[in-house]
Amino acid sequence: MDFYDILFWILSVMAVGCALGVVLSRNPIHSVIFLILTFFAISGHYLIMNAQFLAIVNIIVYAGAIMVLFLYILMLMNLNADAEPQKGLLVQIAGILSGGTLFLVLLAATKSAHNETINKVSTDVGLITNLGKLLFTKYVLPFEISSVLFLTAMIGAIVIGKKEPHLNNTEEHSA
Amino acid sequence: MPVTSSNYLILSLLLFSIGIMGTLIRRNAIIIFMCIELMLNAVNLLLVHFSHLNGDVDADSQIFVFLIMVVAAAEVAVGLAIIAMMYRKVHSVDVNILNRLKH
Repeated sequence: MDFYDILFWILSVMAVGCALGVVLSRNPIHSVIFLILTFFAISGHYLIMNAQFLAIVNIIVYAGAIMVLFLYILMLMNLNADAEPQKGLLVQIAGILSGGTLFLVLLAATKSAHNETINKVSTDVGLITNLGKLLFTKYVLPFEISSVLFLTAMIGAIVIGKKEPHLNNTEEHSA
Repeated sequence: MPVTSSNYLILSLLLFSIGIMGTLIRRNAIIIFMCIELMLNAVNLLLVHFSHLNGDVDADSQIFVFLIMVVAAAEVAVGLAIIAMMYRKVHSVDVNILNRLKH
């Protein structure tokens, strides 16, 4: 059991425990904090699997941007009270059972996969030099399409979030 | 006990299943959305692991993970706008209130 294995187990326990915290904590703010911790654990996994660029992007994009957006919405709506109504006990048991069944089915489906030990050699395949070169040569079309997707999402978010003045106008007009 | 590929498989499946359970048992729309993010990350972790298992010969799957992150970011922007709109209309983020199609 070397350093790599110990790191794997620490990060795995952290990821699963914090993921359970996301689902089980009553306060939505605590859920957000737990999810950020889960993302940090997953970034640690990326680091030990030679995906350094992805680890940094995961922290910057997920923990830095997306989760801040979640926190912002939560604070804006003043939802940090523990006033969330619970689903019925039957529905909760059914949800846990179906999730656990899915886990078992997926586990059984992948049980026959080769159980290979992992090479612990450090390579520079996940560095930004490599990925950037690949992103701007072989995968330049998906990259450009994703930029268009971002533009669409930006416009969509603005259009959805806007108040609808034309509706109010027609209401006033009819009244 | 050295870490093998099945350890990563079980870890990813566990995270994915926890995400599924969260979407099923919670009523807060924002928590449900966060559980979807959790499932996306479980898939990303497995993709990076498969790339690593392949001997790190190329970075193609890491590009794939990067594009998944891009799509997730766009999804969050639109989804949170929808949730904010829903809060403005019905003053709640409880998904059980949104049952008008049922009646």
